Amino acid sequence: MSEPPHAPAASPEPVLSLRRVSKHFGAVSALTDIDLDVRAGEVVALVGDNGAGKSTLVKILAGVHPPSGGTITFNGNPVTFPNPSAALDLGIATVFQDLALCENLDVVANIYLGRELSPLRLDEVAMEKRSWQLLNELSARIPSVREVVASLSGGQRQTVAIARSLLLDPKVILLDEPTAALGVAQTAEVLELIERVRAKGLGVVMISHNMEDVRAVADRVVVLRLGRNNGVFAPDATNAELVGAITGATNNSVSRRAERRAAAQSQSGAPSHE
Amino acid sequence: MSNDVKIPAPIDRADERVTHAVGVGGAIRAFLDRVRSGDLGSLPVVVGLAVIWSVFTALNPLFVSSVNLVNLLFDSSTVGVISLGIVCILMVGEIDLSVGSVSGLASALLGMMWVNQGWPVWVTVPAVIFVGGVIGWIYSQLFNRFGMPSFVSTLAGLLAFLGLQLYVLGSSGSINLPYETGLVKFGQVLTMPHAVSYVLAALPGLFMLVAGMRRMAQRKLGGLSAGSLNALALKASAITLALELAAFYLNLSRGVPWMFCLFAGLVATMNYALTRTKWGRSMTAVGGNREAARRSGINVARIYSSAFVLCGMLAATGGVLSAARLASASQQAGTGDVNLNAIAGAVIGGTSLFGGRGSAYSALLGIIVIGSIASGLTLLDLSSSLRYMITGAVLAVAVIVDSLARRSRVSHGRA
Repeated sequence: MSEPPHAPAASPEPVLSLRRVSKHFGAVSALTDIDLDVRAGEVVALVGDNGAGKSTLVKILAGVHPPSGGTITFNGNPVTFPNPSAALDLGIATVFQDLALCENLDVVANIYLGRELSPLRLDEVAMEKRSWQLLNELSARIPSVREVVASLSGGQRQTVAIARSLLLDPKVILLDEPTAALGVAQTAEVLELIERVRAKGLGVVMISHNMEDVRAVADRVVVLRLGRNNGVFAPDATNAELVGAITGATNNSVSRRAERRAAAQSQSGAPSHE
Repeated sequence: MSNDVKIPAPIDRADERVTHAVGVGGAIRAFLDRVRSGDLGSLPVVVGLAVIWSVFTALNPLFVSSVNLVNLLFDSSTVGVISLGIVCILMVGEIDLSVGSVSGLASALLGMMWVNQGWPVWVTVPAVIFVGGVIGWIYSQLFNRFGMPSFVSTLAGLLAFLGLQLYVLGSSGSINLPYETGLVKFGQVLTMPHAVSYVLAALPGLFMLVAGMRRMAQRKLGGLSAGSLNALALKASAITLALELAAFYLNLSRGVPWMFCLFAGLVATMNYALTRTKWGRSMTAVGGNREAARRSGINVARIYSSAFVLCGMLAATGGVLSAARLASASQQAGTGDVNLNAIAGAVIGGTSLFGGRGSAYSALLGIIVIGSIASGLTLLDLSSSLRYMITGAVLAVAVIVDSLARRSRVSHGRA
């Protein structure tokens, strides 16, 4: 596994490390012998086709599903997550694809859900202050933290979900398709957020279908195919390489078009930009 | 401490795109905006109550007499306590259809243990309430372990516990409670001395003022915007004035029932628990989005259990109170419209049938609406056939208002 040259903050020792992790749902093997390393201060993109097992992997790391086999090491110690709070307590925070926010609660209540300060007499002032602090750290633009989440836009909800994941000062944060439902400007905002999270020294695992987004922020691209590891790439790998690894075919419309373009460019002598 | 650093603007007011309510006028404008967007709160029930009271007073002036209103409070308190349990279970998006049967069983057990077996009352009442809690616990286990929908399990319970009630009462069919005991007096005649009623009526406003001022001070210290002191004082004094007037009017006849005081105390406690504790926050979260609650580390099964158990316990408490009110435990206790009145009360008061939205006060307001209808129709000498139909219609209207308000909230982004 070669380190890309432009990941200066990444430490050599992985924070989170998976070895031969498997997950079966009945007769279906969703994941088989998955290896994955996440270091502090790096963004690992997890890509793969539908059904490649990306979301399943995230759910295992979030404690939503128990793995069927394999070992997970966190900070050098083997760990298990019997339930979601175990993963949270350990320092692995997850932003799920559906965000898992309660629309009927306000922003502060959502950020602190399950982690409220002084359980018998909620400390609303302290919680609201810290919420603003988190949102400001992310340079978020939320009009009011006392509005219910239902009144926020998709990008704002994504921001709230990310802010919530940062509440417990996690070491690793998992983002499942953080930009899937967002528009152009909001996507740019979320990618910026991811950069900021990495700058704070956290390890980030990002699932995405969007190669542009992956290229924009990832330090390494891990490809899953049919529940197995299918290569680790630097973010400057070509589309043809990535698509080939994702689909398992080197001969498809994307690669053919790339070849045609490359051929045309080499004929005309223009410099290629990818 | 706050003098050494000059903060330009509170951190929650940094975004200049958002308008914020300032002062008394701002508070009123914000309220009107909220209503217009469908966040009605308890407005419909207050308006409904005004309409109902006007109509009944026009038909029979005795309706608003102090004597009748004292009676109304006595009657409402019993079903109101059951309704409070329904609020609890509706918060998590489930339902308990058996509260009537559980309350009937509770009154039968009270009669059997206290009168027939001669247990002391201070043992019997907690024991009966405990039985209610056990029933709720059984529902919660059926729900958590077997995934049995509460609608079905409590429907089964409705029949089963009615049967148990009949079994406990045996062939006689009813047990009379002795009139000269504290419990029956509590349910029938005990009202508070005038002075006590005035002091108690001043408490909510006073508490609101003190708590509000403390919160303002804390927020200022924390660098957050604090809101308007005038609006707070105005609200607190309006509430105090209204409660003192009500106490004065009730004191013209028998005065404020202690039983109603118990009910109001339970409502206030539940309100605190639902809004200011972690448990209450979790209840709202589970009712709003169960999976999200689970993923944020909330023990969802335990929250469901607490809701079912509390509902059962409050239903049993209501049963004890209604037995005391009627001075008997009979086969009729808890049957008929008790179930539906308790559920209708919570819904009319503004607690959503779909979970995640509601307040303890909805039990208080809703049950007064239901009680007013029953009392007004009784005064008009109308049969129970009409009473059922009118109560049903009011429930339908309440649910329609709830649905329309929800639609409006969604379109205004306040769901």
